[in-house]
Amino acid sequence: MYRKELLDSLRDRRTIISMIVVPMLAMPVLMLGMGSLAIRLVTRAQQEIPRVMVLGGEDSPKTLSALRALKTIEFVPASRDYTNLISEKRVRAAVEIPGGFDAALHNGEKRTVQIYVYEGEIKSSFGAQPVEQFFRQLSDTTLSERLAAHNFPQRLLKPIEIRKTNVVPPRKVSGNLIGSIIPYLLILMCMTGAIYPAVDLTAGEKERGTMETLLCSPVARTHLVYGKCLMVLTAALVTTLLSLSSMGASFALIKHLGPGAAGGRPPLALTIDLSSLAVAFAMMLPMALFFSATMLAIGLFSRTTKEAHSYLQPLLIATIMPAVASLLPGVELNSRLALIPVVNISLVTKEILSGTYHWNYIALIFGSTCVYAGVALAAAVALFKRESVLFRT
Amino acid sequence: MIEARQLTKVFRDRKRGEIRAVDGVSFRCQPGQVFGLLGVNGAGKTTCLRIIGTILQPSSGTASVGGFDVVEQPEKVRANIGFLSISTALYGRLTAQETVEYFGRLHGLTESILRERLDSIFTTLDMNEFRHRRCDQLSSGMKQKVSIARTLVHDPPVMIFDEPTHGLDVLTARTVVGFIRDCRERGKTVIFSTHVMREAEKLCDAIAIIHNGRIMAEGTLAALREQTGVQDLDDVFVKLVEGT
Repeated sequence: MYRKELLDSLRDRRTIISMIVVPMLAMPVLMLGMGSLAIRLVTRAQQEIPRVMVLGGEDSPKTLSALRALKTIEFVPASRDYTNLISEKRVRAAVEIPGGFDAALHNGEKRTVQIYVYEGEIKSSFGAQPVEQFFRQLSDTTLSERLAAHNFPQRLLKPIEIRKTNVVPPRKVSGNLIGSIIPYLLILMCMTGAIYPAVDLTAGEKERGTMETLLCSPVARTHLVYGKCLMVLTAALVTTLLSLSSMGASFALIKHLGPGAAGGRPPLALTIDLSSLAVAFAMMLPMALFFSATMLAIGLFSRTTKEAHSYLQPLLIATIMPAVASLLPGVELNSRLALIPVVNISLVTKEILSGTYHWNYIALIFGSTCVYAGVALAAAVALFKRESVLFRT
Repeated sequence: MIEARQLTKVFRDRKRGEIRAVDGVSFRCQPGQVFGLLGVNGAGKTTCLRIIGTILQPSSGTASVGGFDVVEQPEKVRANIGFLSISTALYGRLTAQETVEYFGRLHGLTESILRERLDSIFTTLDMNEFRHRRCDQLSSGMKQKVSIARTLVHDPPVMIFDEPTHGLDVLTARTVVGFIRDCRERGKTVIFSTHVMREAEKLCDAIAIIHNGRIMAEGTLAALREQTGVQDLDDVFVKLVEGT
C-alpha cells in the first residue's frame, strides 16, 4: 500500500512542489536572496551622504567649524521645521548646540547637546552616528584637558578597565546564533511537507471517490491508516531533510560570498557539526510522525480538501507560535517546557545545534513526542473506523 | 452464497432525525444466479450492498457472504467479493495495469499468479491497448473496464454490482451486462442493483423490489408477474410499490 501511495504522490505535481521544490528553493531564497538584499540595502544606505541640520552654535565657532569639517555629512541650513523635515526623510538628523557652548567647555561647565532622529529609521541613525561620535570625542578630549589642567593623571578617568573574552569555540557560537532560526524553519518545513499529502490521501480520496474503492479491499482499516501515515511521514521527512541540505548549502555559499570573503572583517564560522544536525534530525522524527498523524486525522474528518485546508490553517498558526520559542531570547529548556509539544523540539534542537546535549531532556522530549504521535495516530485510526466520518455528507 | 437476515441500517441526521435506510431486509442469493435489487433512487439499494460489502456496518441484523459473517469477519468477506459501484472510482495517477496490480497485491496474490491474472483479464476484457495509460486519461468505458478488472483480479466467488451501468453509453453498458452474464456462467454469486427495469428483466434470475428500505416482493420475474397480474416489469414494479 505504501509503495502505491508513494508512486501516486510522486506523480502529483502539487506534492512534488510542496515536498521537493519548496524546501530546495525556500531556504536559498530566504537566506541568500533576503540576506543579500538586506546587505545591499544597508550598504546603499551607508554609501549615501546624510543631510544633517545644525541648530544654534553661532556663538561657538570652534565647535561649529570642527563639526562642519566632517566629510561624511552634508550640512543643511537650519530651519524651525526640522521635526517635519526629519519625519519626511528630507533631513536625516538634526543637532542642537546650546548657547555659549564653546565658552562653557572652556570654563569647565557642563552642557547638553541634543540630537534629533527618526527612531528605527536606518538612514537617520547613519546621519546621527557621526555627529554623536564627534561630540563623544569632543567630550573625551575636553575631559582629558581638564584633568591635565589640574595635574590629575589620565588613569583617574577610567579606574576600571573591562575586557570581555569569548571562551566558547566559534563553532558553538555560530551554532547558538543560527541555531535559533533553524529549529523554527525545520518545524515549519516539516509541517509544510506533510500538509498536502495528508489532505490528498484522505479528504482528496473522499472527493475523488477512491476511498470507497480502497475500503473494498481486504486490508484492515488500521493498516490502511498506517500505510497512509507512512507516506505522509515520508513527505514530511524528505521536506525536512531537503530543507536541512539546502540550508547547509546556503550557509556554505554565504561563507564564500559574505563580506569576509572580500577581505573585510573575518566572518563568524557559520557552520554546524554534522553530528548535531543528525541528532536534530532524529529529534524531528517523532515530531514529523505527530504532524503526519494529526493532519491525517484532520483530513479524514473533512468532507473535502477545501474543508481540510480550512481546518489546517489554525493548526499551522498554532504550530508556528510555539515553534517561535527558539527565536525568543532568554527562553531556556526546563522540565515543564520539555513536555509541551513543538516548544520542546524547538528548544532542544536549538541546544543541540549549539553543541549542548542535556541527555535527560533529550530522552524526555523524544519519549513524550512519541507518546503524542501515538495518541494522534490512534485518533486517526479511530476516525477511519467511524462510518459517520468516512461517509460524512 | 449471500444471505441477508433482518438487515437494518439507521442513520442519524441532525436535521432529519432518524433515517431507516434499510429496514429488516432478508434475502438469499445462490451461486450461479444473478439476484437483482430493484428500486428507485434512495430506496436503500446502495446501503444494503454496502453492508454486504462490509463498507458499512448494520445497525441490527446481519448477513453472510460465502459463509463469512459481515460483522464478525469483514476482512474475510472482502477477500471473497468483488465490489463495483458508481462511487468506487479509480486512482487517476496510476495506469490501468498499476491499478489492477495494486488491488491484486492488496488481496495478497503472489507475483506469479498476479502476472497470469493480469494477462488473462486484460486479454479477455480487450484492455491491452490502454494497459499502460493513466486512468485519468481513459474514456468512461475504458475506466469501467479497469474497474471490472480490479474487482476480478482475485477471482472472487461473489460479485456485488451497485448500478454498474449508471452513466455509461450503450456500448459500454452492453460490455458490463455481458460481463455480469459471464460471471453467472462461471458459477459466481452475483447481486446487482439497478433502477433500470429492462436491465433487471434481461439479467436477473431472481428480483427483490426494495422501497423505503423494505423488500416489497421477492421472486423470479415470472412469479412477480403472476403475483401482480401484469406483464411489463415497469407495471409490476409500480403496482408493488404503490401497493404500500
